[in-house]
Amino acid sequence: MALRDLTAAEQVAALAAGETTSLELVDAHLAAVEADDVEAFLAIDADGARDRARAIDALPERPPLAGVPIAIKDALSTRDIVTTSGSRMLEGFRPVYTATCVQRLEDAGAVVVGKTNMDEFAMGSSTENSAYKDTLNPWDLQRVPGGSSGGSAASVAQRQVPWSLGSDTGGSIRQPAALCGIVGMKPTYGAISRYGLIAFASSLDQVGPFARTVEDAALLLRHMVGRDPMDSTSLDWPGEITLPTATDLAGLRVGVVEELMGEGIEPGVRAAVDASLKAIEDLGATVVPVSLPSALSGLATYYVLAPAECSSNLARFDGIRYGHPVPADNLLDQYEMTRGQLFGPEVKRRIMLGTFALASGYYDQYYGRAQRVRTLIVREFEAAFQDVDLLASPTSPTVAFPLGDRTADPYAMYLADVCTIPVSLAGLPAISIPCGLSDGLPVGLQLAGPAFSENRLLDAAHALEKALAFDTRPPGLTT
Amino acid sequence: MIDENTVRHVARLARLRLEPEEEKVMQEELSGILEHIDAIRSMDLDGVPPTTHVLALENVLRADVPRASLPREEALREADDVVDDSFGVPRMD
Repeated sequence: MALRDLTAAEQVAALAAGETTSLELVDAHLAAVEADDVEAFLAIDADGARDRARAIDALPERPPLAGVPIAIKDALSTRDIVTTSGSRMLEGFRPVYTATCVQRLEDAGAVVVGKTNMDEFAMGSSTENSAYKDTLNPWDLQRVPGGSSGGSAASVAQRQVPWSLGSDTGGSIRQPAALCGIVGMKPTYGAISRYGLIAFASSLDQVGPFARTVEDAALLLRHMVGRDPMDSTSLDWPGEITLPTATDLAGLRVGVVEELMGEGIEPGVRAAVDASLKAIEDLGATVVPVSLPSALSGLATYYVLAPAECSSNLARFDGIRYGHPVPADNLLDQYEMTRGQLFGPEVKRRIMLGTFALASGYYDQYYGRAQRVRTLIVREFEAAFQDVDLLASPTSPTVAFPLGDRTADPYAMYLADVCTIPVSLAGLPAISIPCGLSDGLPVGLQLAGPAFSENRLLDAAHALEKALAFDTRPPGLTT
Repeated sequence: MIDENTVRHVARLARLRLEPEEEKVMQEELSGILEHIDAIRSMDLDGVPPTTHVLALENVLRADVPRASLPREEALREADDVVDDSFGVPRMD
């Protein structure tokens, strides 16, 4: 078996058994990273990765993730490795510190091989809003990988790395995971430090793992959760993330969100999700319909709140302290020209939308109301979890769509996140696992749970993954 | 529906210089998006408080003890224009 076919857990085991070295693993993956057939990477740190692998091989005792390569979404700061968040605004920017979550993984021995492509400042659902390039879906190179963490998802599906990090504000981990046929998880709001994550919408942003197995996602999560003094929204994690072992779902109650199974969901997606609900029942769980009446208002709510928060977070980008300003004779002109020229169309649209929603005269009608709808959504999830342990729905209403298909219609692009946004608004954990194919393209199943139910979610997803036995290898991929 | 003047006003608030053609496209696109968003304006929200935090947590404060911060040369190293150990900017008028 080729080294690139090994899961991260298998790589850890092979290293422990002395069957391979960190350098050998890193070299095998770097070859695919440097070839980059799916345009997943914005920056590659080949020399640095090899140096770190050699250093790890020389250690008397191997750290837990010793030498396993990983790719990092370009929204996460990495000291001295160019970090752009997919934007011209940060072209050539070399951060002066490394994000806490990345640092924790490096401390555990993981080797960062590069930074992955993304929609500019994580705003988008196809990675086509990257200022640099389009990333291709490994299952069909004419189609999008999803977004905004499209590069991180594609790199794992293409087996350039066994796992990667993304960030998820309204679905930016789960939706590309679904479209690329891999596992993606957004943990509970506050589970992972966001120190070093370039902020988009702070009441929603969360870092999380991509992997080809639920076990690998758990392994990565386990090394990242917990309070960080540098992020006051990070939480003391109750207990620890355990590696999933469940083989059945006996006694579990799973609710199917009715509102997310109706109009707008492609028939092929619904069929694959229905088949996995049947598999959930076969594993011993009870499946019941659940109504979240405000779930479909989530999209409109999100497209007030997220732009409002982004308009504030992105106020810091003026080209003065980092980046490169468009020079002008006075400061105001310089601000306006720099931001007008270096932000891409979607980022400008969202800053405009958010500034409008917060402006005097509109605040109560838009921002104020959206925050109240958010309360309804939070309450509906709380009520649902009185009755069921987990909620199930499609992750994305469609399979991967062709490149260029939705770029002319912003709202059509926004609809890609209709199933993932409600969970984000409620701050809850959710995982997407591949559950089947529709016309040869992967379909994702989303499972969501109450806050801090990560271990339950991972266990259920693991048991289901084994039962579904989805083959994550895209057709034609040779390793 | 959002008019041209509103687009210009909001762009000014957001410190974004839009080209005239961009203003026109922005007006159409924002109006289109707002049509969908307007659904939340007709919802019955009587007695529903706004969300402030999704998880009810206590405020987090650290001990008020001085500690080392980023060295000045590191803080300045990514800036295009450094004047007298500070960020340089054009005049304000």
